Amino acid sequence: MAYLINCPYCGPRTTDEFYIKGDASKQRPDTIGDGTLDTWHDYVHIRENVRGRMAEHWHHTGGCRQWLVVERDTVSHEIYAVTPASTWATSRKGSSTAARKKPARKTAARKATGRKTGGRAKT
Amino acid sequence: MTSFRFDTGGLIDRSSVIDFSFDGRTLTGHGGDTLASALLANGQLLMGRSFKYHRPRSVITAGAAEPNALMEIGEGGRLEPNTRATMQEIYDGLVAKSQNRWPTLDRDFGAINSIASSLFVAGFYYKTFMWPKKFWEAIYEPIIRRAAGLGHLSHEDDPDRYEKAYAHCDVLVVGSGPTGLMAALSAARSGASVILADEHASCGGSLLREREEIAGQPGHEWAAGTLAELAAMSNVTIMARTTVIGAYDQGVFGALERVQKHVAVPDHDVPVEKLWRIVAKACVMATGAEERPIVFGGNDRPGVMTASAMRAYANQYAVAAGRSACVFTASDSGYRTARDMKAHGVHVEAIIDARSDAPEIDTDGVPVLTGAVVTNVDGGKHAMKAIEIDRGSGHETIPCQSLAMSGGWSPVVHLACHQGARPSWDEDAYCFMPPLNNPAIIPAGSANAVWSLSKCLADGAARGEQAAKLAGFKTRKTPVPKAKDETSHTSAPVWWVKQSTGKPFVDYQNDVTAKDLPLAAREGYDHIELAKRYTTSGMATDQGKLGNVNAIGILADATGKDMHEIGTTTFRPFYTPVSFGALGGQHVDAHFRPVRMSPLHNWAADLGAEFVETGLWYRSSWFPRDGDDWLAAMTREVLNTRAHVGLCDVSTLGKIDIKGKDATEFINRLYSNAFAKLPVGKARYGLMLREDGFVGDDGTTSRLSENHYFMTTTTGHAAETMRDIEFAHQALWPELDVQYASVTDQWAQMAIAGPKARDVLAKIVDTDLSNDAFGFLAAKQVRVLGSIPAMLFRISFSGELAYELAVPAGYGEAVANAIMHAGEPYGIGPYGLEALSAMRIEKGFVTHNEINGRVTAGDVGMGRMLSKKKDYIGRMMSERDGLDDPDREQLVGVKPLNPANRFRAGSHLVNLGDKPSLKTDQGYVSSVAYSPMLESWVGLAMLKHGRERHGQKVMLWDGLRDVYMEAEVCDPVFFDPAQEKAHG
Repeated sequence: MAYLINCPYCGPRTTDEFYIKGDASKQRPDTIGDGTLDTWHDYVHIRENVRGRMAEHWHHTGGCRQWLVVERDTVSHEIYAVTPASTWATSRKGSSTAARKKPARKTAARKATGRKTGGRAKT
Repeated sequence: MTSFRFDTGGLIDRSSVIDFSFDGRTLTGHGGDTLASALLANGQLLMGRSFKYHRPRSVITAGAAEPNALMEIGEGGRLEPNTRATMQEIYDGLVAKSQNRWPTLDRDFGAINSIASSLFVAGFYYKTFMWPKKFWEAIYEPIIRRAAGLGHLSHEDDPDRYEKAYAHCDVLVVGSGPTGLMAALSAARSGASVILADEHASCGGSLLREREEIAGQPGHEWAAGTLAELAAMSNVTIMARTTVIGAYDQGVFGALERVQKHVAVPDHDVPVEKLWRIVAKACVMATGAEERPIVFGGNDRPGVMTASAMRAYANQYAVAAGRSACVFTASDSGYRTARDMKAHGVHVEAIIDARSDAPEIDTDGVPVLTGAVVTNVDGGKHAMKAIEIDRGSGHETIPCQSLAMSGGWSPVVHLACHQGARPSWDEDAYCFMPPLNNPAIIPAGSANAVWSLSKCLADGAARGEQAAKLAGFKTRKTPVPKAKDETSHTSAPVWWVKQSTGKPFVDYQNDVTAKDLPLAAREGYDHIELAKRYTTSGMATDQGKLGNVNAIGILADATGKDMHEIGTTTFRPFYTPVSFGALGGQHVDAHFRPVRMSPLHNWAADLGAEFVETGLWYRSSWFPRDGDDWLAAMTREVLNTRAHVGLCDVSTLGKIDIKGKDATEFINRLYSNAFAKLPVGKARYGLMLREDGFVGDDGTTSRLSENHYFMTTTTGHAAETMRDIEFAHQALWPELDVQYASVTDQWAQMAIAGPKARDVLAKIVDTDLSNDAFGFLAAKQVRVLGSIPAMLFRISFSGELAYELAVPAGYGEAVANAIMHAGEPYGIGPYGLEALSAMRIEKGFVTHNEINGRVTAGDVGMGRMLSKKKDYIGRMMSERDGLDDPDREQLVGVKPLNPANRFRAGSHLVNLGDKPSLKTDQGYVSSVAYSPMLESWVGLAMLKHGRERHGQKVMLWDGLRDVYMEAEVCDPVFFDPAQEKAHG
């Protein structure tokens, strides 16, 4: 596990300060729209055991209390990007209902952090 | 008694005399001594007993890898077992005890194991203590544990302080030998901030232990000069007595600093040990190399040690294990030892070189026997007598009091391997080379198989520059001082002298012999990781620092594979053992588990409250009077509240302030029931589901103004609920314009309940409390005592006419006192958590006893609170088939047929006549209280088809206490089902 997370609000902080919720690749279905029980079952229960690059929701509990999306490599432990969860969610909602496959996450990460692998964002 | 101190020489301070004790005997040493060197100086060659055979043992090394000389240091709460005497500095009053012997080190009963040693082969424990099964716990394990003890733990509290600390630098240099010093110097001269860490008390590494010259000076003087230069630079931090114990991701290194392990009475204002996390942009791994023992008969006898250790004891500490010595070597290190020992006046009988093609090296007149091996060592506990050698023409005996051995060198590669990479065998250098997977960990010097002094100096300078560049600094070439080198540094491996006549040890600490490894291979455990666990080779506290490479070599021989195919076991942090004290750091006692106190804590304490821990909180539980017990106190508090009025501290509830244009919409999506039309000035009970459709939490939320809400959560789930709310906004609906903050600690909140609650409150609140103006579930920002801003809610968790009043935390105690004063004429009394609980059970209100993560809204009778008109957390999954299955357990009340029969939460319910089993189980009791109003024990329970079964009888079964009790199922609302009191 990576030791330092470059929080876009607080700068590099140790993993001790974070709570990890897990997989951030799923998007909450719209209940009234396309939310069949199957898509909900997938959203709530089905998780890949990823080897390699993975996006996860992390909460900076011992810091700014912001939810972040940490993209990391489960093998090499490299951290690719740390993005505010709100930025992540907004960018995916933009590409929403019809094409909900691969989100434009790199752009989101850069926009949020200023640099490719993080940095101090103005908030 | 063969070991002794030279009259002159060494880097010890002969003017300082230090008294210490070993096994009760008072001895003296000098400043600069380790416990090991001081014991040798006192003729104490015997330092311990081995783990399995209880063989007498002395030091093998002069450093961190020491497997034999492990001692208990200190007394009382400061006692620390398994301390390596080679690393422990002596101090006045140091108390050391040998381990693993009974009754004494000299006469050890366990040595009888050595006679029966043919029984103790690899896998002995697995093979022998298999059956009968129940004998393991009762008989075998306790005996084995007593026999195999490696030191004792103190059962007293450790009086000392430990700390965790952080450090940041550009370049971390691990090891301060010639390589490390040059690396630190060249990195520091570039302007990079440098931390130089060394595990020993004095920096300088091998320069303190060898008789080599640099730039015309003795090595240790050059080291001292260089250290002084480094110390004068503001960008350099030198950390002696600091072992870098692990390398982690992103340039984070763990390090253990032994701050006060070398002083008699530690200063309590300073920690004895500090666990560092050092964040470095680059690391120069100048960790040196470990000299390998040779595996031959009697290679564990006191008096046998590695060639470099013998030199270190002679050169740095001016001690020797004997007046005469032999050298058994497969590398040039042995020749250096022969010359150094001769220079110190020790008579060196011969160099036995296992290589038949040994290079011509200056021996200063010591005879060399090439192509010869040592097959056994003759000696006792206190002195070595002779060695038995084999030159291919039968055994010969050479008398000598000590033996240096050198099987070649193994780079200390651990830090380069901690992130999962493995070292690779180098056929030319005869050693495992550090992996280079992490470009920021740069092996240098002998840690990278650079053997000669001048090359190490140059390599250090180059690697220091490389590290500084990596950290983003411009470097200039650092001039490298000149040093005189040995002629050659070849070393052909000799894994095992097969013609040994004595016992040849591979792993000293776990008593693994050379025979054990081929045996493991024959029995199918030929993979190195399996062989390790089957033979326990490399599993002791030294983690095989000395023995592992020999074990790999022997296994390679036995299996016909090459070294690379066998490979190494996994290198994991920590490099050397770390005390629990250091790992715990300052997180002990109250710092381990802080106490949360309500703002009304003192109010309750002044009234004599008994407190109970709920999570971190201390909550007032009951208020004893005249020595009555909790049951009597609770009963009095309930009766008084229901008849008159009571005040209860409910400050521990989670409180969240929510504001914003979209606050209404947001809250409406959090709760399962409707909130969109909650009027300003009203509170509402709300149910929160988890996304999987089960109940997560509940509480009340009040609308204070158009876009301003005040939410309460349960005490236990306050933190989780806050985090879930943050997630819902930030990760799910960031488009909503809403802000929220946890204000749990900002408000003191109290419940004022009972028929006289209105009369009491009217005296301190500046608002009309009549039913018309402030009816049931009203909520309002008010002022109390004329000026204190407050929030008043007409909500009731007791079923009484009740209010909850929130005031800024700092006013809590004063307002509570004012209410008590105002309530005096009305008979007000405080009530605690016990009374609160009893009253909520009487009213059938649920808590996390009921909503335990496995129940649905329907299960607890709140199915109608699941809105069909909106999206909210958990909506879709709550509509799954099965979650409204009538067969599910439903909330009911239970009353024992005999009201005096106490029963417990956790009891199971079965039908009358059924034997309790998983199959016949009908449900369980979730909450129990004595109801003062019903004068009966009552409970809430989850029961299959519960709502259809009111009036039926069931059997209560408490398996832990073996209690069976008949009970009647009833409505969960035991008291005032029409809610008349709360609305009054």
